[in-house]
Amino acid sequence: MPGKLKAKIVAGRHLPVMDRASDLTDAFVEVKFGNTTFKTDVYPKSLNPQWNSEWFKFEVDDEDLQDEPLQITVLDHDTYSANDAIGKVYIDIDPLLCSEAATVISGWLPIYDTIHGIRGEINVLVKVDLFNDLNRFRQSSCGVKFFCTTSIPRCYRAVMVHGFVEELVVNEDPEYQWIDRIRTPRASNEARQRLIFLMSGELQRKIGLKVLEMGGNAVVGYLQCFDLEGESGLVVRAIGTACTLEKISTFPATATHPNNSSPSKDMKDSPQAAPSTLGCRSTHSSPVHSASSRLSQGFSVSVPTLLFAGMKPRHRSSEVPRARQCRPGFGEEAPGVPLSSGPPTPLRAQTFSSFSPSKSYSRQSSSSDTELSLTPKTVGIFLCPSTPALESESSPLPSAHLPCHLRPGMASRSTTPPPLHISQSDTAMLRKSVSFSEELLLAVSGMGSGGSAGKEAGPLKALLRQQTQSALEQREYPFFTLTAFPPGFLLHVGGVVSARSVKLLDRIHNPALGNTRSYKLLDWNSFTADEPETRDAWWEEIRQEIKSHAKALGCHAVVGYSESTSICEEVCILSASGTAAVLSSRFMQDGPLDTEHRLSRQPLCVFSTGSERVEGDMGSSASLGFEEVVSPGCGFCHIPYDELNIPFPAQLTYCYCCRRYKVPDVLFTTIDLPTEANVTGKGCLIQARLCRTKKKAQGEGNATAISSLLPFLEYELHTQLMNKLKLRGMNALFGLRIQISVGETMLLGLASATGVYLTALPSPGGIQIAGKTPSDITYEQHISTMQKKINDTIDKNKELYEINPPEVVEEIIGSPIPEPRQRSRLFRSHSESSDEVSELDLSHGKKDAFVLEIDDTDAVEDIHALLTDSPTPAGFYSCNTEIMPGIQNWTSAIQMFTSVRVFRLNANLTNQGLNKIFSDLCENLLKSLYFKLRSMVPCCLCHLNFTVAIPEDELIQVAVTAVAMSFDKEQPLENGKQSGEKTLIKAITENDEQLQFNLELNAETSSHNPLSSPKGLSEVGSHLSARASSLEKASPLPEGRSRSLRSNRSYSGSSVAVVKMTPLSFIPGAKIIKYLGIINMFFIRETSSLREEGGVSGFLHTFIAEVFAMVRAHVAALGGNAVVSYSMKECVFMENPNKNQAQCLINVSGDAVIFVRESELESTSVQTQSATTHTSNGGEGT
Amino acid sequence: MSVELDVFVGNTTIMDKEVYQLWLNGYTVNDAVKVRIEGGVMEECEASAEVLLSDTMDQYRTFQMCERLLHHPAKLANQLLFQIPPDRQAMLIERYYAFDDSFVREVLGKKLSKGTKKDLDDVSTKTGITLKSCRRQFDNFKRVFKVVEELKGPLVENIRQHFLLPDQLARDYAAIVFFANNRFETGKKKLQYLTFQDFAFCAGQLINNWTLGAVGKTNNMMEDMDVDLDKEFLQDLKDLKILITDKDLLDQHKSLVCNALRGKTNVFNEMEANFKNLSRGLVNIAAKLINAKDVRDFFIDLVEKFIEPCRSDKWTSIDMNLYLTHYTNSAHILDTFKHHAVWTRYMGVIKSCILRMYHD
Repeated sequence: MPGKLKAKIVAGRHLPVMDRASDLTDAFVEVKFGNTTFKTDVYPKSLNPQWNSEWFKFEVDDEDLQDEPLQITVLDHDTYSANDAIGKVYIDIDPLLCSEAATVISGWLPIYDTIHGIRGEINVLVKVDLFNDLNRFRQSSCGVKFFCTTSIPRCYRAVMVHGFVEELVVNEDPEYQWIDRIRTPRASNEARQRLIFLMSGELQRKIGLKVLEMGGNAVVGYLQCFDLEGESGLVVRAIGTACTLEKISTFPATATHPNNSSPSKDMKDSPQAAPSTLGCRSTHSSPVHSASSRLSQGFSVSVPTLLFAGMKPRHRSSEVPRARQCRPGFGEEAPGVPLSSGPPTPLRAQTFSSFSPSKSYSRQSSSSDTELSLTPKTVGIFLCPSTPALESESSPLPSAHLPCHLRPGMASRSTTPPPLHISQSDTAMLRKSVSFSEELLLAVSGMGSGGSAGKEAGPLKALLRQQTQSALEQREYPFFTLTAFPPGFLLHVGGVVSARSVKLLDRIHNPALGNTRSYKLLDWNSFTADEPETRDAWWEEIRQEIKSHAKALGCHAVVGYSESTSICEEVCILSASGTAAVLSSRFMQDGPLDTEHRLSRQPLCVFSTGSERVEGDMGSSASLGFEEVVSPGCGFCHIPYDELNIPFPAQLTYCYCCRRYKVPDVLFTTIDLPTEANVTGKGCLIQARLCRTKKKAQGEGNATAISSLLPFLEYELHTQLMNKLKLRGMNALFGLRIQISVGETMLLGLASATGVYLTALPSPGGIQIAGKTPSDITYEQHISTMQKKINDTIDKNKELYEINPPEVVEEIIGSPIPEPRQRSRLFRSHSESSDEVSELDLSHGKKDAFVLEIDDTDAVEDIHALLTDSPTPAGFYSCNTEIMPGIQNWTSAIQMFTSVRVFRLNANLTNQGLNKIFSDLCENLLKSLYFKLRSMVPCCLCHLNFTVAIPEDELIQVAVTAVAMSFDKEQPLENGKQSGEKTLIKAITENDEQLQFNLELNAETSSHNPLSSPKGLSEVGSHLSARASSLEKASPLPEGRSRSLRSNRSYSGSSVAVVKMTPLSFIPGAKIIKYLGIINMFFIRETSSLREEGGVSGFLHTFIAEVFAMVRAHVAALGGNAVVSYSMKECVFMENPNKNQAQCLINVSGDAVIFVRESELESTSVQTQSATTHTSNGGEGT
Repeated sequence: MSVELDVFVGNTTIMDKEVYQLWLNGYTVNDAVKVRIEGGVMEECEASAEVLLSDTMDQYRTFQMCERLLHHPAKLANQLLFQIPPDRQAMLIERYYAFDDSFVREVLGKKLSKGTKKDLDDVSTKTGITLKSCRRQFDNFKRVFKVVEELKGPLVENIRQHFLLPDQLARDYAAIVFFANNRFETGKKKLQYLTFQDFAFCAGQLINNWTLGAVGKTNNMMEDMDVDLDKEFLQDLKDLKILITDKDLLDQHKSLVCNALRGKTNVFNEMEANFKNLSRGLVNIAAKLINAKDVRDFFIDLVEKFIEPCRSDKWTSIDMNLYLTHYTNSAHILDTFKHHAVWTRYMGVIKSCILRMYHD
């Protein structure tokens, strides 16, 4: 269906001098879309031409509109020779294709040249007239909204979350085409830029089609990546979460007075929304429905069987399938859905049918999984060196496939001798299994008394249908790229699941390559039949693995899911990771959850809906009712897997919040900290860094070498993470991201996460150092001093991060159910962990303390290295998640930054030497960041995203993108007190707690607003003035003049709108009122005069600044004043100092938005329209 | 092992005022790091020398990238490459165009040519200001000079608008441009005691009173109206010669002044004795100003012909003020003296200049 694209070239400015004789330029512009090109007149002899052209009109298919960028080329007219290109602007039309996004692109855009960088600016106007397309067979997907944000975007509510969407497209890399030998670097770069533009456009369109097929209207958590495979081609792939989003229309009302209006509104809305979605879906899913209900009978029988099986601690291997299968089912139902004989979820049915050990595991090639299913007792070992041995059997394959790694939080304690270990875990399980069965009985009886499903059958059906349908549509991956969820969505978290696979890159068999249409993009999927070794198949394999890991953890979904690659020569490591989780079925029906105020902690409206419903529907089933209310704070920590079949050795205790459900001792996740989570103290960034040397090798040998190294690397990273976590006295990791980078002679592993102390989990034991040869006295002494050092560090860290678990709470209130046995149990376990010094040997046996064994001096050094992580300087906090627990009162001062370092290594370094260098590199980088940002203190570096690469042999590249956000220092104290009170009160009664929470929120918001409003209203954007004043404070040179200056003089000359950038999904102190579309830009920059441009640093500094400038300009042209969820996906830097050359590729993405300061929102009228106009004005004014 | 590449880019460009000043002062990165270490930033922020070096290099690079924008400050406001808050922009510009008084004293009144630039290393050694900083300051003078040279309208206003400078700094630049244009001699030994601010004050007086723009004779938009002295006025100044050539007039003038001052000052005798010399000095200066060469010597003449004799007689500034006031006013009472307007215009400037210059 056609659309009409219109473009108008208004003017240019700051153009470069193209004619040396006159010091001027005769510029004209070519506007190209598809195969149509228009030209403006030549504007002679000016560096600031005013073309003011007519409207150039392109009549095109909307398919093309999605795929192609509008290409604007500025040239210098030359009468005698060929016209010289000044530079280009690529404009992504996509935001204009969605009615809710931007309507016009208008503004000054930098003219970019891949050799010279930005060369002036051009003012353009672009509009699209789109005709409505109702063609069923269309290939376009206009109107599907894309968001990089990995949570439900503010100002939208999720009506439905459909699930995982993925796609990839493949093409030959122009850089490696034969023609590249004869064309200029500029032409080659431009071909590449354009191709990637086309490919990502196509990819987005295809993903959009999939979303439409699923009935969704948006993709959230859209993650697009490039694999530059060199000779073998170029892959652009993307994953995301399909959703049906609904704009929250009455935003000013809800925004300004959320407390009084939203709860009631939500209540009213949800019943209306639910039937409509159900209605439309049920029409075509009925056959599935009946099929699944047939299965349900089979299942309902299995429940009693399970109960008995659970009580009998017999050979578990045979029980594996059933036990697992029950647990997830239970998890789903528990929150307010009474288990009746009603239909089970299709997922369960699925699990049931496929979960005989032999069948389910045989599907996977991974050897460790087989091991897992056969001998469940030894699962704890599957991270240890025994796996690689097994693995080598499979490695002779052309593409060596690495065995998967299940990485639930606590898998890495296998340093203790295995035999001992197993027997202990065996007894532990025995003991615990008894209590488990009791608990289950209790829960089941509660469910039994719950009566009929009533209304609640609705959501269940929704889930059922949704999932059945998904199964129908081959949507076999219950994956979610989201990292933050509407409250109540995430029920339980199992742990991190990840899978890696080493592949040999082969030239992609591309039937169309010989063809003349070499630029026509290929949909690789269509060739899968002929060619099994496709990129698609690779990923499929990995996703299957992830899925099976999640199942092993008793989870039916994977959240915080992401995929990545690392390529070196012809070897490629594919990685995927996520967090196994159990999700609520509720998001299917009363999904309209208002996530607007996640930061200001407004989810209470949702909570109240939840609790009310529980009361109304469940009546007598009080115990379940409690679970429902309690769960926001601790529910997600409760184990989703069957206690009897813990897939890894773990210590389970009763939840320290609710005392009713089991929790693990440590929890690792890839998601953001749920807002409702109860956290003690503050969190901090925890990084494990590792370098491993590798022999140079070719082809298969290389792949084999890498895959045999990987498990060790992962294992050690894991151990390091665990050590560092314990060292900080914390018990959970969020936002875990493990990056493995491969080079010719080494492997690099970097794991980053945010450590926190979850109140629900037990306090971590200390770290105990044990020597293997306790003969020498000096050695003993040495160990004891080290032990002391470690203990001191732990204490210091506890103080630093304000980790003082409310020990008193236990004494006073105890558990909600006064059960003497349980209480004493808890008490004992508590004393075990806290008195680790006196009971060291004992607790060693019980694995309460974490034991580090040192057998040689190298290990001693390792432990020393562990302690060398320097603490963050005073006033700084850091995390790699969106926000830091324990900090709420952000000011509006934010500073996004990117820092890149490349380190040259000496040859012939040992592993240890490498490790130290790599670790120092990261530490120093962090130190530099703290120093740079010292003027923002007190502040927190949020979303610290490290990316490591090995661009060359002996080079390590580390790139960091993050945002520094200031907060008010006065309030945290108060808040800390409040939160302390909160936990105290929480335990007393749930309902009271609810109330308290409510009140506190009111107090918080009201006290926050008057504080921020004068700031927001101050002359120049409040963050600027705040920064300025704080900088003045920091700088020793007093500067009174500049301020008086500013008031004297007006800067009417400034026409550049301030555009904020942040990797977070929100802007503190402001409200996002509109999403304008996705920003996805790819740039190449090359130079052959590296020295003249200030060397490599000067070159890259300029380039990154230019990329920022172009992002800001495009956002401003869309009418926005900020980019949220900004990330730098790719930064490939290559240099050749001898030839004085360098090249760099950068890929960035984010969501363009309009935001309004909360203070402005209040001061302006409630009308949406006026608020909108106000913003845009305000944005330009600053 | 070495850091090959080290880059930090903020969405809002981070610029440290202290490092900026060090950069402007022409310090090398290593020297700047030393200064910063001595300044105690390290202890304050728990940083190491390594961190400081990295930060300093990064800042220096940022400043270098900004420098070409600072050459055209108006561009800084509407460029897209760096997002700099307006108050920071103002700070950057103001500091970039700030100059050292000791440096400007060396080049004040000199032709802003390549030749002068070559001599900057001498100036650098003499003043202790780094050559780099000298060059920046010199180039600033030259740039401002070149731009306003081609502009119409009032000088100070032009500078302020084109270079977005604060008022005081714009006036200083006006003075520098004015001195450079008229090539006033300021380097003579006898003038060494005068500061740049003394000259800037005098320049302001001259611009406001003796140029074409000053009287508003012409339609407002005249080229160089503030940079060149009003030729007609200089011509008219010759008429003042009558005050010294006409013996009667001179005597009459002297008696009027002496009568007014008798008993009001301790140096009356010296003053009475010197009156004719002093008066001749001032009027001769006026009469000669029509010659460009004598314009250059304006300040040296003032010092030699008037200030030095008075100083050797130990006049106080109060004496000076009294004397000049009466000297000026008395001329109007003289019967045969007709050039009142020119006399006022001349003496107004002379009086304030002398008063400003009359110090140790």
